[in-house]
Amino acid sequence: MVELLQLLVSGLATGAIYALAAVGFTLVWQTSQTINFAQGDFVMLPAVFVLMGTTMFGLPLWVAIALASLIFILLFGVGFKIAIVDPMIRHGVLPLAIATMALSILMREGAKDAFSAEGQTFPSLVSDGNISIFGAVVSLQDLAVFAVAVLVILGLQAFITRTRLGRQMQATAQNADVARILGVPVARMILLTFVINAALAIIASFLISPIYLVKFSNGELIGAAAFNAAIVGGFNQIRGAIGGGLIIGVVDNLAARYVSTGYRAAFPLILLALVILLKPEGLFGRAEERKV
Amino acid sequence: MKACITSAATSRIDWNLALLLIAALILWFAPVGMGRYGTYVLTLWLVMSVAAMGLNLTLGFAGQISLAQAAFLGIGGYATALMTAKLGLGWLSAFAVSGLICFFVGVLLGFPALRVQHHYLAFVTLAFSTLCWLVMRNEEWLTGGVYGIANIPRPSILGMEFKSALAFHRFVVIVTVALALALWWLVRSPWGRAFQALRENPTRAASLGVNVRNYTLLAFAIGSAYGGFAGSLYAPLVQFIDPAPFALSQSLILLLMVIIGGSGYFLGPFLGALLAVALPEWLRFTGGLYQIFFAMAVLLLLIVSPSGILGFVEKFAAGRRTRAASAARAAAAATLSEGAKP
Repeated sequence: MVELLQLLVSGLATGAIYALAAVGFTLVWQTSQTINFAQGDFVMLPAVFVLMGTTMFGLPLWVAIALASLIFILLFGVGFKIAIVDPMIRHGVLPLAIATMALSILMREGAKDAFSAEGQTFPSLVSDGNISIFGAVVSLQDLAVFAVAVLVILGLQAFITRTRLGRQMQATAQNADVARILGVPVARMILLTFVINAALAIIASFLISPIYLVKFSNGELIGAAAFNAAIVGGFNQIRGAIGGGLIIGVVDNLAARYVSTGYRAAFPLILLALVILLKPEGLFGRAEERKV
Repeated sequence: MKACITSAATSRIDWNLALLLIAALILWFAPVGMGRYGTYVLTLWLVMSVAAMGLNLTLGFAGQISLAQAAFLGIGGYATALMTAKLGLGWLSAFAVSGLICFFVGVLLGFPALRVQHHYLAFVTLAFSTLCWLVMRNEEWLTGGVYGIANIPRPSILGMEFKSALAFHRFVVIVTVALALALWWLVRSPWGRAFQALRENPTRAASLGVNVRNYTLLAFAIGSAYGGFAGSLYAPLVQFIDPAPFALSQSLILLLMVIIGGSGYFLGPFLGALLAVALPEWLRFTGGLYQIFFAMAVLLLLIVSPSGILGFVEKFAAGRRTRAASAARAAAAATLSEGAKP
């Protein structure tokens, strides 16, 4: 029982990070039909930028974090939208999806060559240590990660539903044509979703890197988890991505402990297959009308 | 993605076919004096072309992203390795079984995915390729796990042995040409016409009575079978297999090959595989940088011409023809108006 509680907490912590990546993924899909196969690498890269800043240029950690975030948002929020999505979106979903695969290879190999092929430690933003809740020993880091991720998601949810800007963004996501008629600056809203996606990736990166080390190949694992989370939860709803992320994190952790470590990665995938078979719109999604 | 395989049918000689046969003839003699390694790279190129040909059917005709082609390559490879190295069966039967298994796995995978929505096949195949990789790595009793299966024999058929690198290369040339011809025939058969209708306009195809889902499924299953055939050639080529070359990233590279060459073009996969398989081997001296250049080239190419290199060539040629035609028209108009003067 105690062990189960521990596994649940650490599963929720990693799940919350997956949720951050998955939310960005669904936002970008909704506003501009971009299936971003490089999403995992988006989460990998900001931490690499930070470590490059501290080790290669000798910057203090906080300066490096600020600078890395700024550069990342410019390159992979604004730049990604302008240089890759804009010229390709008119050719349809398929070439764009494949372009993001090429981008993924580029980011991965670039990080390997410019930074390091080995995993590097990333400074933890909270102190190490454990506290005990109902007899279960829970690491402070897991709790902090979970708390930060939940706060970020609540903040985002509040922004989208409560503020004028957020509602305009939501309108763009739901129906860009009608939004345009109503006077919403659609192009600017789409750009905003890309910036938010990059920002979420940065936060996810800083949360996950102290746990998993910083390595060029991390993107594959994180990307697959975010992908699964978005599909299991539901592609067209932010709450779907959040629920999906938490479920994937917990299932992954429980399967590794109770079933088989070798097939740890298989269980989220089996869950994915079941959802696609039985409830294709996702556990928390709403069914989409099929367009002719 | 527009006319390509059919466009050549209007001219008397099918240039695709002629090019294929000329290339096969060149490839037959090419490895002479290239050494074992050079021959190996050429053969690998052909094997990957077979896998990419199958994916070209799935992507270029049915418009479906499959992220499991490397997994099918692996299934074919392991099936062939197990049947020939462990059970001592002949290569031909292993080849047939590899293709059949992949065909049926393709049907099983594609059926539920295509029931839902188009891009769901990409998600299902993504999950499938990771699952396959896990099985290859974990089931040591069957696949040897990370240690793989070694000593895979090269085929010997009707008393002919294809043991040396050169003999096996020539054997692969024959098989590749046979598989390419089969595909060439397939896209011209009534089935193939339906595939083309599907590619050009699925809604219209459906209104003309083509069962879109069944034909999409069939294209995917045949494409997967080609992955299995390629795997069946890959195992005796390398003579050792482990799970590494069948990971998800290899599926992505196969997909990029098809796109670079030009999806839907008969010769596209060969061109794409040449750039993605043979060039990295030849440019190994650049270290890891080649992958970066490759990815950047793909991105640029996609932005300039989403229909790949052959699409770009065709667009260029079409533009020249249009200019030539309008020049001719202008000249004709000038003479006509001169003739109209008294």
